[in-house]
Amino acid sequence: MTVKEIFETMEYGPAPESAAEAMKWLDAHGRKFGHFIGGEFVEGATHFQTKNPADGTFLADITDGSAADVDAAVQAARKAQAGWAKLGGHGRAKYLYAIARLVNKHARLFSVLETLDNGKPIRESRDIDIPLVIRHFYHHAGWAQLMEDELPGYEAIGVAGQVIPWNFPMLMLSWKIAPALAMGNTVVLKPAEFTSLTALLFAEICIEAGLPSGVVNIVTGMGATGAAITEHPDIDKVAFTGSTEVGRIIRKVTAGSGKKLTLELGGKSPFIVFDDADIDSAVEGVVDAIWFNQGQVCCAGSRLLMQEGIAAEMLAKLKVRMAKLRVGNPMDKCIDMGAIVDETQLDAIRLMVAKGVAEGATLIQPETAMPNGCYYPPTILADVDTSATVMQEEIFGPVLVSTTFRTPAEAIALANNTKYGLAASIWTENINLAYEIAPKVKAGVIWINCTNQFDAAAGFGGYRESGFGREGGKEGLYEYIKPQFLASLKPAKVASTAASGVVSVASVDRTPKMYIGGKQARPDSGYVTPVLSSKGALIGHVGAGSRKDIRNAVEAAAGASGWADASGHNRAQVMYFIAENLSARAAEFADRISAMTGANKGKASAEVEASVARLFSYAAWADKFDGAVHSVPMRGVAMAMHEPVGLMGIICPNEAPLLGMISLIAPAIAMGNRCVVVPSESHPLSATDFYQVLDTSDLPGGVVNIVTGQQDDLAKTLADHYAIDSVWHFGSEAGAKLVEAASAENLKRTWTSNGLARDWYDRQQGEGREFLRHATEVKNIWTPYGE
Amino acid sequence: MTTIKRNPGMALDLDWVLSARANRSAIERRAATIGTRRSVKKEWQAAWLLKAISCIDLTTLSGDDTRARVRRLCAKARQPVRQDILEALGMGDAGLTTGAICVYHEMVETAVEALDGSGIPVAAVSTGFPAGLSPFHLRILEIEESVKAGASEIDIVISRRHVLEGNWQALYDETREMRAACGDAHMKAILATGELGSLRNVARASMVAMMGGADFIKTSTGKESVNATLPVSLVMIRALRDYGDKTGYQIGYKPAGGVSKAKDSLNYLMLMNEELGREWLEPELFRFGASSLLGDIERQLEHFVTGRYSASFRHAIG
Repeated sequence: MTVKEIFETMEYGPAPESAAEAMKWLDAHGRKFGHFIGGEFVEGATHFQTKNPADGTFLADITDGSAADVDAAVQAARKAQAGWAKLGGHGRAKYLYAIARLVNKHARLFSVLETLDNGKPIRESRDIDIPLVIRHFYHHAGWAQLMEDELPGYEAIGVAGQVIPWNFPMLMLSWKIAPALAMGNTVVLKPAEFTSLTALLFAEICIEAGLPSGVVNIVTGMGATGAAITEHPDIDKVAFTGSTEVGRIIRKVTAGSGKKLTLELGGKSPFIVFDDADIDSAVEGVVDAIWFNQGQVCCAGSRLLMQEGIAAEMLAKLKVRMAKLRVGNPMDKCIDMGAIVDETQLDAIRLMVAKGVAEGATLIQPETAMPNGCYYPPTILADVDTSATVMQEEIFGPVLVSTTFRTPAEAIALANNTKYGLAASIWTENINLAYEIAPKVKAGVIWINCTNQFDAAAGFGGYRESGFGREGGKEGLYEYIKPQFLASLKPAKVASTAASGVVSVASVDRTPKMYIGGKQARPDSGYVTPVLSSKGALIGHVGAGSRKDIRNAVEAAAGASGWADASGHNRAQVMYFIAENLSARAAEFADRISAMTGANKGKASAEVEASVARLFSYAAWADKFDGAVHSVPMRGVAMAMHEPVGLMGIICPNEAPLLGMISLIAPAIAMGNRCVVVPSESHPLSATDFYQVLDTSDLPGGVVNIVTGQQDDLAKTLADHYAIDSVWHFGSEAGAKLVEAASAENLKRTWTSNGLARDWYDRQQGEGREFLRHATEVKNIWTPYGE
Repeated sequence: MTTIKRNPGMALDLDWVLSARANRSAIERRAATIGTRRSVKKEWQAAWLLKAISCIDLTTLSGDDTRARVRRLCAKARQPVRQDILEALGMGDAGLTTGAICVYHEMVETAVEALDGSGIPVAAVSTGFPAGLSPFHLRILEIEESVKAGASEIDIVISRRHVLEGNWQALYDETREMRAACGDAHMKAILATGELGSLRNVARASMVAMMGGADFIKTSTGKESVNATLPVSLVMIRALRDYGDKTGYQIGYKPAGGVSKAKDSLNYLMLMNEELGREWLEPELFRFGASSLLGDIERQLEHFVTGRYSASFRHAIG
């Protein structure tokens, strides 16, 4: 085309980024890669091809990792771990800093390689992905440096097995590797099979940085390789980002293994636009939400919820805007949307859109020039019913579904009408409205008047089936550390309820009941279970709790939602009152403990006293477990807010029947949770006595519910329950496994002792921030400002 | 080019004016990615730069302007790029000129004379430029005098105080009267955005100016401490897009001051193309108020033609 012609048409023309350096790098490796294990590249046996999705051309042969390869990598990581941890914070910081610098130096090569392998526009890998990678390593070099001071009493978990997705290959690698290394862990990481190249380039960076061998190991392969990592017995920590489906499998197979688990899964994040929003900016927000990375983003704002009054205008503006998007060669610097990662993904998107249309959605696609190949146009499915598949299920493509709402309350209801809970975007110029909505949307990340903002200093992660755990920020570090005392814990006493002995009733027979919704309730089964003394004498009965009692208790807990909204000060008042009333009946509680456990008077009294003190501790904490304002590079605030997890199942330990139970209930309710408590199976009478204390302490009915009975059965029912958000399990090892496996169904949070006994009298083991963290979700709320 | 149907203005619609929203952070994010989402290279870049030239209001607004200086500028407007460069670009016979010449009232006659037969319009800054604080009847008279002297475009300045006091009626009335005084001359309303305090005020003032009958809305006099920026431009062009959607009238846009690099001019053109469309890449609907931009573009064009980096002394002074 001549200059004169262009002067008339004013077309953009091609603006290609050169692939030459990346190709040179691939050629230098003979276009064939092995694994990176123990500090060197090792050849693999079988290979698969990785291709450029933009044109289908061959890039390189990648090794398909075997179980033996994984084993070798885990061994290398294990061998390196102690030394790496022993280097100390400053020692590790120097390496992480070097990695950050080196990635920075090779940023162009990383960007080009990422785009070639993944199909995302070069603008994104150049301006977003790789800069965030560099930032992540810099930031976590800092956390390594500060670990001893900022995280006293904690140590590395050990060897982390990490499996990452193809949508942000290098960025997800950095999110996994940087915090793990900073905290003294070593890693075995598997990149996604479609996008292994930048991870292999990163392996070279590790060599350049002089990283001790075995600290970082990269094993490439397909799903089976990933499974070999997550199932490997010598892996201490599994971190996975990917589909909810695979996340569920990993939860099941790691259940009871003692492996710590972080899952970053799918989403169907709402993008809520109120009628007082800057609509043009909200439209641009949609572009950044769903037409970023071809919509292959777990936290993509994929459900557009518009207030009725502006819906028509916004949709009209969106149509105009989406027609301006340029789809094509991702290596072109003048492209908004590149290639879909693979034909299989393209097929999946097509299928979902067809389904959406079949279910009644209005299909909106612009007349954008579409290249041949693995591409999909920007798409809106408008007027979608809440029941439609495309409203419920993640599409993972450039497809937005939209519907409308009438009021803020309805916006919240629609936003939360999903099994996911990863992110949400809220658009309004009214700060009152924004901060009314933000806490009510069930999502780990809230973006006010912005979307898809990420930074190493802010935590990222979801609620519900979007997974658990956080990446980034101080909250993300806890995923890679454990309390040092854990190593010294011994197995807990196993419950014994064999009914034997003779009934010896000294006083008037008291029949303890369940405690549900603030009222005493008879067991639904109509049966009771005997309670024996340490000598085997029958000292009473408790109700034999069943599924239905759990159902009733959960319903009662769900009804007590006011507790979550009560101020920390109010909750503290109630908890002090509980402590006061318990203290008034200290002698009676001590006697009961003696009767059940055989503890002498002094020991039993000490347990009651410690319980009163513990209640005081959490009454104190109720208004003091503050969130944080993270230092993200933005004019604005990124608040990390602590929210109650919601409805919790609490399975109490057998050791210290009163103190153990209170050590778990108190932090839970101090943070605003409501709970269903299953007391010690052997010594349940402290719990049934305790509800009388609760009854007299102004605790709203339903906040604490007590169901006695066979712990493992009840724990399983709680873990299975869709409405329960988290289960704390301090019962048997087998019970822990049951709970973790069952939790896979709706991916609720779990915290298990794995059958180990804590010393509840030791304040380090028995109370404090560790408990509070498990009792809260961290919600990161991003609010850019400026008039 | 089709001729643009002139905006007659409309009754002041305060609800509409006050409903304007401008989220600064979101606007800045969009502005920051204009130049990273789009790129023009080689022939395309050359053509786009030539287009930028055709949209320049070549400007001199100095106390030391003389007739000779203005004549020289007019000559530059007629021949903004060396003929050999144009020929190498295949544009030798394209009749490329700048969009207009922009001067103070005293220089209008000189400029009209110097541009006779070229078709290049003369724009006069008016109404007590740059502060707009001279007696109102004199400001109106100034417009009339400039029109009489041959100016076919009048760059008026609004009373910033009306915006800052929230007196939209006064701003509307003022604009309306100025528009009447312009007659057939096109009115460009300078908002002096650097002095309006917030982007929301920029959006509201844009709307009132268009309701008052502005043919163009323009950012700045070039004399404020902050002149044209991409975020301010986004706010203004989104306002004129809304105005066009509702009334059917196309309003022109003129960023002024601070656009001095070829790369900046491309960003502005891309912004117009992306937010408004192809029609806003023509002088009928888009102008740069600039004095030094042309020099940088000339150097870029020579580089494209010769492959060698250029020097400013190789191009005629304007």
